[in-house]
Amino acid sequence: MSKFRKDGKKGMPAISTASLPDIVFMLLFFFMVTTVMRETTLFVSVTTPKATEIKKLKKKSLVSYIYIGSPVRRMQSSYGTAARIQLNDAFASVDEIQEFIATEREARDEKEIPYMTTSIKADETVKMGIITDVKQELRKANALKINYSTRKGTY
Amino acid sequence: MASKRRGLPEINAGSMADIAFLLLIFFLVTTTMDQDTGIARKLPPMPEEELQEDDSQINAKNIYTVLINSQNQLLVEGELMDISQLKDGAKKFINNNGIDPNSSENPEKAIISLQNDRGTEYMTYIRVQNELAAAYTDLRNNASLNEFGERYADLNKTQMKEIRKMYPQKISEAEPKNIGGDE
Repeated sequence: MSKFRKDGKKGMPAISTASLPDIVFMLLFFFMVTTVMRETTLFVSVTTPKATEIKKLKKKSLVSYIYIGSPVRRMQSSYGTAARIQLNDAFASVDEIQEFIATEREARDEKEIPYMTTSIKADETVKMGIITDVKQELRKANALKINYSTRKGTY
Repeated sequence: MASKRRGLPEINAGSMADIAFLLLIFFLVTTTMDQDTGIARKLPPMPEEELQEDDSQINAKNIYTVLINSQNQLLVEGELMDISQLKDGAKKFINNNGIDPNSSENPEKAIISLQNDRGTEYMTYIRVQNELAAAYTDLRNNASLNEFGERYADLNKTQMKEIRKMYPQKISEAEPKNIGGDE
């Protein structure tokens, strides 16, 4: 009589796994789209200082990074422990910053140039002398939008 | 013929899930979700050769000088100060509105002048920048709560502009100098 009569003979039906690849693909595409691959290997150790008044850096494609810190341990034998600047994949001197900004600009669309930001990722123990030099070079290169990279937190 | 009857044999899709999982795990591992955060600042353009900076228009009482030496000590308006007091000090200065004759006339005219030594630690510099930014955030929040009943961050663009006009964030950084002590 009842339509929902239990059919003891059949037992538990196996869950269909036919849609599993679809689910996995969905997740896969999500991660593929959100992934930003680390493009540079850090040669300098950077622990950014803490701050509370922070803003998020939007449009990662328009951000160029300048790393400042003392070389990582395996580099210390050849480069010493004094703070150094890293641009892309190599150590650089202060004079190379203008050139770096120029190449970064060339890689972008002309319309996007005013929105370009330079993120200064400097270690908290670095002295201001080197930062000031970098800032002066950025001013010369007319790359005025900067961002001091910090972590969220208080001292 | 047998093949004609059955058509093309179907490709076994059973391993599809495995392949997709493999790729998924790869992307999971390489993904960096953390978003970069930081204090946004705008550098002043390089002064032109013949055009010397004209400070004469700015009344000295409207400038709040903050000096940081190579020992990471603060000299604010000629007096030694701890970083923890800087925020309140700056707020008091900006919001003076002419009450104290030696302090700023109004928030629109108030300028904070920041100067650091080449030997100053970056951490201290960021802390000072952060405290000054926090002072402005507090003042803007207060003003927007009074005017619109909302926090500054929740306002719409025109309202934000209005508040920004009331409290323009004027932090000027002097050309680098050596203040006290070697590097």
